[in-house]
Amino acid sequence: MNNRDIIKAYGDTYNDGKVQLSFTLPIERGFQAEEAARIYCLKLGLKEVEVVHMKNLKEGFTFFVVYAVCDLSVDVSKISVAKIDTEEMSYYAVNDYIIEKIKRPLTVIGACTGSDAHTVGLDAILNMKGYAGEYGLERYPQIKTFNLGSQVTNEKLINKSVEVKADAILVSQVVTQKNIHIKNLTEFVEILEAEGLRDEFILILGGPRISHELALELGFDAGFGSGTKPNQVASYLAQKKYDNLKENKGGENIE
Amino acid sequence: MTEKLKLDKKLISLCRNYTKEIADRVEKKIENHTTTSVERTVLRLLGIDGVDQYGIPIPNLIIKKVKKENKLNKGIAYWFGNALIQTELSVQVLAEKVTKDEVDLFSLPQKDQDIVQQYMLNLAEEKIKKISKNVTKRKKMKEKYPCGPKPWLYVIVATGNIYEDLKQAKAAARQGADIIAVIRSTAQSLLDYVPYGPTTEGFGGTYATQANFKIMREALDQVIKEEGRYIQLVNYCSGLAMPEIAAIGAIERLDMMLNDAMYGILFRDINMKRTFVDQHFSRMINAYAGVIINTGEDNYLTTADPVQEAHTVLASQFINEELGLRTGLKNDQLGLGHAFEINPDLEDSFLLEIAQAQMVRQIFPKAPLKYMPPTKYMNGDIFKGHLMDGIFNFASIMTDQSIQLLGMLTEAIHTPFLQDRALSIDNAKHVFNSARNISDEIYFKEDGKIQKRANQVLQETAEILKDIADKGLMEALSQGTFADIKRPIKQGKGLDGVIKKAADYYNPFIEIFSEELSIKDE
Repeated sequence: MNNRDIIKAYGDTYNDGKVQLSFTLPIERGFQAEEAARIYCLKLGLKEVEVVHMKNLKEGFTFFVVYAVCDLSVDVSKISVAKIDTEEMSYYAVNDYIIEKIKRPLTVIGACTGSDAHTVGLDAILNMKGYAGEYGLERYPQIKTFNLGSQVTNEKLINKSVEVKADAILVSQVVTQKNIHIKNLTEFVEILEAEGLRDEFILILGGPRISHELALELGFDAGFGSGTKPNQVASYLAQKKYDNLKENKGGENIE
Repeated sequence: MTEKLKLDKKLISLCRNYTKEIADRVEKKIENHTTTSVERTVLRLLGIDGVDQYGIPIPNLIIKKVKKENKLNKGIAYWFGNALIQTELSVQVLAEKVTKDEVDLFSLPQKDQDIVQQYMLNLAEEKIKKISKNVTKRKKMKEKYPCGPKPWLYVIVATGNIYEDLKQAKAAARQGADIIAVIRSTAQSLLDYVPYGPTTEGFGGTYATQANFKIMREALDQVIKEEGRYIQLVNYCSGLAMPEIAAIGAIERLDMMLNDAMYGILFRDINMKRTFVDQHFSRMINAYAGVIINTGEDNYLTTADPVQEAHTVLASQFINEELGLRTGLKNDQLGLGHAFEINPDLEDSFLLEIAQAQMVRQIFPKAPLKYMPPTKYMNGDIFKGHLMDGIFNFASIMTDQSIQLLGMLTEAIHTPFLQDRALSIDNAKHVFNSARNISDEIYFKEDGKIQKRANQVLQETAEILKDIADKGLMEALSQGTFADIKRPIKQGKGLDGVIKKAADYYNPFIEIFSEELSIKDE
């Protein structure tokens, strides 16, 4: 164990533990409110609490900005995070890889499932023009794409995936209130498993609140969060498909 | 006033000529059609309300019966009017008896068409007074409690519970918001009915119901009196129940409605014929009720590229304007939409935004333009996001925008917290106040980047409108002209609710609106 592995928040001096936070309390602005905010922060385990700003939000609410010190630390040597370990390739490299190793184009299907009507993320990955200077999967000559859009039911997505013999299913979730997405995503994987279809597809989950870890937990193969570029998804897909073929998953043999 | 951007006037009138052709063709395709939702709206305007024991609205139950007999092509007004005359029952009692099968609309003796029409016209004129009274009330309230200066601060509440929304709306109004929009539950647009009663659930918002409208209106009226400033209330007049929402909004004195000509087609996959018919009637109601509509061009830019596709926004604004004017909406009721969505990392992105905003301002001088905030490039960096929102606010005050939907620093994270909304209101108040008269002080350099960009967009708009005029709007929509989305003409939700009118079709409200709003050719 190295001392540098044990870390605290940094303000302007190593290990000073300086943090900033802001929150609202249901209390009228005033001295009592300020004291309430301070005590609240002490209970959060903070020290040297300074309430630097207080604003009346009306209707009996007050907003606070606080600076404080937190003595807790984290030992980073003890952390392990699930990471996507495939290599990131360019648009051209992915196409070449598919031609060379898989020897046929891949079919990808994508949808925003459940009540989610936000297709921004899905479109960024799938649409021709892509995102952040990277072409979307539709543009890849070696990837055949079906974008089902928003508010697609799990059943419809699965039926269509079977119909087009998809290699991979992309599920996008943007609006995720009250954990509705978790229930819906879990159900999606459960249906696939019940139908004996789970190994037929590479399952990819995407969205601003999605981590690879969460995706694995929910039974997907990979998860991509905000800022993901289409080529990262394509790289993963191609390599994962090749790995699956080598393992003879999904009943298809490359030899 | 000298014009800040030298725009090609001939090109602008050329655009309007193309738009007239486009609107003519749309009207030709929709005239002689009604829909199940238009007919349900007739019942609602007559004052019919309530649900059966399964929660199904009475207007739905009645229209379903008439449609089943294939008799909706005559218009519900005839069947219901005939039954009113024959049974001498009150409107609501008859409606309830019809749903319980205690009265059969078709087995009653049938009065002459002329007699029923006159009877229904009188009844409709009586019932519609509820709406004209609201128009007068709004006018009087605005005289006593004037609106704040433009750009108006527009915020959303979206807790999913009307009573929680109420607290947030009141707080926002007291913090300085001028306009409160109550977000609907995700996917309400796909419900082919209007839910009933106060609601405390929903995802990303709660349902638009008449009871919820009333609750929110009463609360805001209270705040108006206390703050001495008129607060406008907004909801969503879109989706399969579009004209019904217009009706209940008019009855409960909503001030604004999101009401786009093409949004449902593009983003909710609603059949285009259904949308155009529903949209036409809903806009007549909004026009009559003095409601400002907000169009949804901003949405295109969340999927399509804001630099490449800027001309599609302007093209759609021209189309929304023309279709809107034809339903009796006045220029000052056309809250044409656009958005500040250009990639902030692009050099001179602000100049491009200014070019677009100023261009739209000059082309639609009387329209209360609705300016939408950055969302696409908001990524969780709340500090940068707050700055982007400030720059957005600056663009708005520089170019005299009217309705400013405030950006939230927590966009892409969660629906706004109370504090997020307060911070965004402070942001806008600060920027607007510190640069209140800046637009009077500036003009744009001749042949500079902003001038050139605006004229380029205008040029591209004329080209695309010509193309749409040639092939027709419905064909253009099916080819992906807007937002990169393609919608086939004969597909989409709600097509089964489109009905060809019989020669003796009658709708007393269309007659009243057409006369009152001086709409030609109705």
